[in-house]
Amino acid sequence: MYALVDGNNFYVSCERIFRPSLNGLPVVVLSNNDGCAIARSNEAKALGIKMGAPWFKIKHLQESAGLVALSANFALYGDISDRMMSLSAGLGPTQEIYSIDESFIGLDGVRGDLVERSHKVRSRILQWVGVPCGIGIGRTKTLAKLANHIAKTAERKPGTYPDHLAQVCNLEALSKQELEAVLAATEVGEVWGVGRRISKQLMEGGTKTVLDLMRMDPATVRRGWSVVLERTVRELQGMPCIGLDDSPAPKKEIATTRSFGHAVMELSVLAEAVTEFASRAAEKLRRQHSLAGEIMVFIRTSPFRKDPQYSRSVVIPLLRPSADTGVLVQAAVTGLQSIYRSGYKYAKAGVMLLDLQSDRVSQGELDLGEGDTIDEATEKARLMSALDTINMRFGKGTMKMASAGLAGDRRVWSMKQERRTPAYTTRWEDMPVARA
Amino acid sequence: MYSSISHSKPVPVADAPTWMLRIQNKVCAGFPSPAEDLGAQRIDLSKVLIKHPQATYLLKASGHSMVEAGIFDNDILVVDRAVKPRHNHIVVAVVDGDFTVKRLYQRAGQIKLKAANPTFADITPKDGQEIVVWGVVTATIKQFGT
Repeated sequence: MYALVDGNNFYVSCERIFRPSLNGLPVVVLSNNDGCAIARSNEAKALGIKMGAPWFKIKHLQESAGLVALSANFALYGDISDRMMSLSAGLGPTQEIYSIDESFIGLDGVRGDLVERSHKVRSRILQWVGVPCGIGIGRTKTLAKLANHIAKTAERKPGTYPDHLAQVCNLEALSKQELEAVLAATEVGEVWGVGRRISKQLMEGGTKTVLDLMRMDPATVRRGWSVVLERTVRELQGMPCIGLDDSPAPKKEIATTRSFGHAVMELSVLAEAVTEFASRAAEKLRRQHSLAGEIMVFIRTSPFRKDPQYSRSVVIPLLRPSADTGVLVQAAVTGLQSIYRSGYKYAKAGVMLLDLQSDRVSQGELDLGEGDTIDEATEKARLMSALDTINMRFGKGTMKMASAGLAGDRRVWSMKQERRTPAYTTRWEDMPVARA
Repeated sequence: MYSSISHSKPVPVADAPTWMLRIQNKVCAGFPSPAEDLGAQRIDLSKVLIKHPQATYLLKASGHSMVEAGIFDNDILVVDRAVKPRHNHIVVAVVDGDFTVKRLYQRAGQIKLKAANPTFADITPKDGQEIVVWGVVTATIKQFGT
């Protein structure tokens, strides 16, 4: 059994913690460079603003509908994510951090009423951290993800699903009749891993709802489509097929995280792990032809041990968006050094690439002697593609970065952003003000 | 490896493994160290000031309405959202979309925010106005310019 805990409109919710006046207003958060909406409040969704809508196309809504647009503030989102994740971890014995606002919790061995327990965790996250979230529970990850979609939709659009499924939805607790009604009311495109193209094909072939897809024969699906879709169908039927590493990649960011087999205390060991995570994330990034604008690193102790607890994350903005393993590893290790405290038994670490953008579009800029020249950049791109080819042919990690001697060269740069809110929780000077 | 029995002839100790009792503590002559049992660590201010790290945010106070409660302009407020607000707690509340720090008055179904400075009036919610307690102030930090 899995639960998926997912922050509602996460970036917007983070902004609202420190700007309560934004409650009830249509708010979008814009990506750093290309200026499109990467998070929308419910009010903004109600205005018809789509995910990824370019700013210039929705700009007029400022005047006409009071739309508020903010630039992404990843330093803030990283810290809030860290707080949320460590409270989510209390739901069950294992946790897989899937993206900045989503984590899967393994529920095996958890006793008692799961729905009640989830409601408690949810209200704790809302009260303590300030972020509302939805929790979906199912026998497989695909079902948990689907249940999460139902929990959120039932809350946002009353009437779409039975009211008692709002905020927390446990598909396992439904009667067969109720479950089928819920699945029949959900379009096939909402299923995790079913992309736009496949969902269109399925719809044309008469497979319109999740219930239709679940009732398909896995062997037929494999012949007609792919092993990947077959796996999805089996997952919908309640057979766990998706393990830790083969989850479909999240759209907004790429995460590589892992729990350590045994507690780790030394910085050098953490640095090795973080180097590997950043390298693997960079590989995924290049595979989907993207660049990352910022990188987040986190380390934490286990909430299930009696040891002293420590959990910290940091977001490092890159001078310019990059998919270069060297650049990303260097930023990640620099970040790690800044959050590491000795004396704690670390149980988990991870790297997340944020502010993803296409590698086809890149912003030209003056070379101020800090970064690579165009020629160097082309060379680097060729180096990276050679690195990927070698690793693909000879196995993961055949060739990797020797992570050493990074401390001296701290390349942490910031980017100009007009609408960015202050780094409320990560910079002393940016602390929010209370009138006294 | 060798233990001498007589001065003239060293003989090897048994080859087979020998059970030994390992004792961690050192045996010292003189006064025992009073610190040994505590495993003392340097005082960590954030541990003392922050009971719920996931729920705690820092805010800066601006203004003079709380001087009699010891909160001055530019003091840092440690705000814990995990603490349930009660009568007489010093809280950060949201009034008309802004953060304000005041003392919470909650008696006989009446809620208001009281300043700790006689020149400031109480804030009583008017019709349609909502007072939301955002968090409870559990400590303040005052820094002196040096």
